[in-house]
Amino acid sequence: MEGSTTYTITFNELNELTELVYKIYGLDLTGYAKASLKRRVTRLMHVKHLPLFDLRSVLINDPDFFDEFLAGITVNVTEMFRDPDFYKAFREKVLPYLASFQRIKIWNAGCSSGEELYSFAILLYEEQLYKRAFLYGTDINTRVIEQAKKGIYNLRSMKQYSENYQASGAIHSLSEYYIAKYDAACILQKLKKHTLFSVHNLVSDGVFNEFQVIVCRNVLIYFDIEQQQKIIDLFYNSLCMLGFLCLGSKESLRSDELKNRFRIIDRIENIYQKIA
Amino acid sequence: MLDLSQHIERRITDAEILLIGCSAGGFSLVFDMVTYLPGGFPLPVIVVMHRGKNYRSSVEALLQQKSQVRVKLAEDKEQIRRNTVYFAPANYHVLAEPEKMLSLDASEPEHYCRPSIDVTFKSVADVYGSHVIAVLLSGANADGAGGLCYIAGKNGLSVIQNPEVAEVRIMPQAALDRCNPDLILDNEALFELLDKIAILHNIKL
Repeated sequence: MEGSTTYTITFNELNELTELVYKIYGLDLTGYAKASLKRRVTRLMHVKHLPLFDLRSVLINDPDFFDEFLAGITVNVTEMFRDPDFYKAFREKVLPYLASFQRIKIWNAGCSSGEELYSFAILLYEEQLYKRAFLYGTDINTRVIEQAKKGIYNLRSMKQYSENYQASGAIHSLSEYYIAKYDAACILQKLKKHTLFSVHNLVSDGVFNEFQVIVCRNVLIYFDIEQQQKIIDLFYNSLCMLGFLCLGSKESLRSDELKNRFRIIDRIENIYQKIA
Repeated sequence: MLDLSQHIERRITDAEILLIGCSAGGFSLVFDMVTYLPGGFPLPVIVVMHRGKNYRSSVEALLQQKSQVRVKLAEDKEQIRRNTVYFAPANYHVLAEPEKMLSLDASEPEHYCRPSIDVTFKSVADVYGSHVIAVLLSGANADGAGGLCYIAGKNGLSVIQNPEVAEVRIMPQAALDRCNPDLILDNEALFELLDKIAILHNIKL
């Protein structure tokens, strides 16, 4: 904890920093939940050894730092088959339904480094649906998008991911979907063929396609209620009729108006279907 | 009855929230404390307990049946209310928003823990300032010590279970090594502290 007071920021200072970032970079952070954002910024200050004064000046004077800042203040913690019960529910309750669709376009919003999107690619592949499918991964961070495109992960994480995969009702072994090279696990080309990763900001960017499935898990919690509602509206408008929306286990549709437009497919895993 | 200085009683009267952190060896004590809380308890209570990440707990439902206060899992962007005990859900940190709402956060574990006691204690102290009572119980790692001392540094009331009576002493001892908690209490006194909180707040009403 030595010198920990150097790397602190008050809520007022956080608001000033938010304004500064908006003025210089046009990035609007006002809809982010303050407590999480404060924690992210404090963490970044620690990791980069930047007290607030220095953080401000490097933001002002070094545009190259901005990507690093953005990567630091957003949460990029992810896993393949994270929350196995969710994937199990998706496998049992959504995939059979998707089989009746001619085209299956999936949008993984806030895809981070791609582990979640490749998990869906595997599910579709196993159900012989991959040929008809296309998976779009978007994130606000350029850096994680580059990682996602490569599809190369630390071989050591694969142990945990395999356990998740098995718990999700696996029919194969996860090792069939990647090649191990030294300490890296490279996702197979056959799973990458129908994927596209690009930068998209859920706060400022709009509808860009019509999807049969939207997956956005553990992203909404980082926004305030108002912004969460706007993002769910964006998802509603991006879904085809009878398309599926998958949220994180602690996220919900919030407004009653939206609840009437969706049918609950799985109450615990927060899977919904657009019905109106 | 627990004999406290006027100064400490004053700070109990000023408190707006009660935090409890525990890990190995502290669970049954926490359950006893929650079920001991009188109906109409004047403060909101947040409990951060380490638990397995894929563990779906029905503990809250069970406690709700046995308790006189509301007991529930913390939900994202939920208003913090008195007479309610919020448990941190498995695999999420619990934070406090300036509008006195709860936020969930799935970012990196701290001390290999998510939920982490440190994360919640510090976040609540940033919003409630000195109006916090934090209690750290038995546990097998040092998570919580930093948070408790952070609260002490902001003049919140810091309380630890006496390491001598804790089933696993590491957690309260870590706090003791790091700062001087206001109160070091045996188990019986922990329940008396809950009584004190209720009594002192009712007097104020």
